[in-house]
Amino acid sequence: MIENLSFKRRLHNHLFTTFCYVVSIISILVLATILWSLLKRGAGHFNIALFTQDTPPPGSDGGLQDAMVGSFIITGLAILVAIPIGVLIATFLSEFGRKSRLSNQIRFVNDVLLSAPSIIIGLFVYALMLRTTGSFSGLAGAVALAIIAIPMITRTTEDVLYLVSPMLKEAAVALGISRWRVTVLIVYRSAKSGIITAVLLALARVAGETAPLLFTALNNEFANANPLHPMSSLPVIIYRFAMSPYKNWQDLAWSGALLITVVILALNLIARAFARKKT
Amino acid sequence: MHNDLINSRKFDGDKVFIGLTRWFGIGLIVLLVAILISLIVLSAPNIEAFGFKFLWTSKWDPASNQFGALVPVLGTIATSIIAIIIAVPLSFCIAILIIEILPPKLGAVVARIVELMAGIPSIIYGMWGLFSLAPFLAKHVQPWLIEHCQHIPVLNYVFGGMPIGFGIFTAGIILAIMIIPLISSVMRDVIATVPSLMKEAAYGVGATRSEVVKHILFPYTRAGMLGGVILGLGRALGETMAVTFVVGNSHKLFSALFMPGTTISASIANEFTEAMGTLYPSALMELGLILFLITFIVLAISRRFLSNAKNKGGAE
Repeated sequence: MIENLSFKRRLHNHLFTTFCYVVSIISILVLATILWSLLKRGAGHFNIALFTQDTPPPGSDGGLQDAMVGSFIITGLAILVAIPIGVLIATFLSEFGRKSRLSNQIRFVNDVLLSAPSIIIGLFVYALMLRTTGSFSGLAGAVALAIIAIPMITRTTEDVLYLVSPMLKEAAVALGISRWRVTVLIVYRSAKSGIITAVLLALARVAGETAPLLFTALNNEFANANPLHPMSSLPVIIYRFAMSPYKNWQDLAWSGALLITVVILALNLIARAFARKKT
Repeated sequence: MHNDLINSRKFDGDKVFIGLTRWFGIGLIVLLVAILISLIVLSAPNIEAFGFKFLWTSKWDPASNQFGALVPVLGTIATSIIAIIIAVPLSFCIAILIIEILPPKLGAVVARIVELMAGIPSIIYGMWGLFSLAPFLAKHVQPWLIEHCQHIPVLNYVFGGMPIGFGIFTAGIILAIMIIPLISSVMRDVIATVPSLMKEAAYGVGATRSEVVKHILFPYTRAGMLGGVILGLGRALGETMAVTFVVGNSHKLFSALFMPGTTISASIANEFTEAMGTLYPSALMELGLILFLITFIVLAISRRFLSNAKNKGGAE
């Protein structure tokens, strides 16, 4: 009887463990299939022309140069705007505001923005655009991406700033250094690699964002490096080309998808390397 | 040094700097309010035209200026529920495997791989869904489900429709794959809050691993798990690109999972640049407003659960 019971329990345990293994292996296999189809369909057209030629009309050869330039400008602008804002808000939360009511409200709002669907941010920037410049532009796309990046940078940076040893700060304050100098010269410096991690993770996230660019940066059939005009970007081109019925556009979409995935995974890995550096 | 002190008295750097950080923080709140107000303002024409009726009419006909949100709202909810049903047990198993079963080093590797999945942009999932998953489901999975469920009541309605590969079902599966990394990483964090003393005590009296999971881990972390699940739900509700590729983008009311439909975010992504006149864009704006409110409520609930879980982890 006891033998029997313990056999049942052992069986149950083994089944459970096996199930966990199987499920996890399947999940990893799914990831592998995604990466595999990216490689299989994208690598064939991965050549110099991809980087040196502009997006072609249906049926002729070309590359993704203008889309890459557009993506570079839009995400670059976005992240340059988002870094100081995100870091300053994080500074307020971790250094000055701490547990005040205002800080808690800001933290809540930050969480709301963090979980807001990115397409909503696109709608908002579209509304903003109507009131201000009145036309689609790379700049509007950059603003949308910045709004997505700011809460990410704020969140991660706040966590990192908490890790700075309070003794270090107190020692500096005791020497009579003003608090803003303590923050800039000591807190930021000792949290440097953590802040870089935060920025890289935010960059990795916004580099692949498509939805907020659809009706802000829009798209441009001509090569354009002026952020005040509509601008094509890699994700939007991938979306348009993948949904098109033309074979050469679909091929380019796969190459672009491979490129963007490699870049984003690399950014993630570099970010983690920086995260490990902080002791 | 002395100079510094004098300088700081003349020009109060602290006041300026702290003020600056504070104002940017307040700016974040202003931003959220601005988002809400602009969504409301731009959806005003549609709210005036249809009122609350917008929520439960399904007719979506730009040509005759008739708009109803029922199909996208239902589509958003249906795809997200499918995603949650698939993703929650899988994420739980992955979290248990990483923390409880594998040796720590191997567990860290698996955790890293799952995190990698979270890094892949949603448009890639969408493309993969369009070119690989949808044809696969149409060929192998959907015909099988239709054939085997056709005589089972309820299920023959749920798994009905044509095996075309696109539709609510496929969108739900893509969403499930996308939210697994998020949910499993939250679950991992919550499981890590269980005091090892409790686990060891259970193992000590002879409990098997599955019994420890069932009687110790699960009851202890229930609130946090639920928080993670709801966080994943929020992500699924708002996801745009992955869904747009595979959902079929049809405003006809669907009655089965294999039928094409649409979601709020897919409708906006698909139609906004083409929307002419005043009513059409404003109907899409109101859809956006509805989505924003839904995700806001979902986030508020998940924060509640997660902070309860955290407090518990600290107190006990």
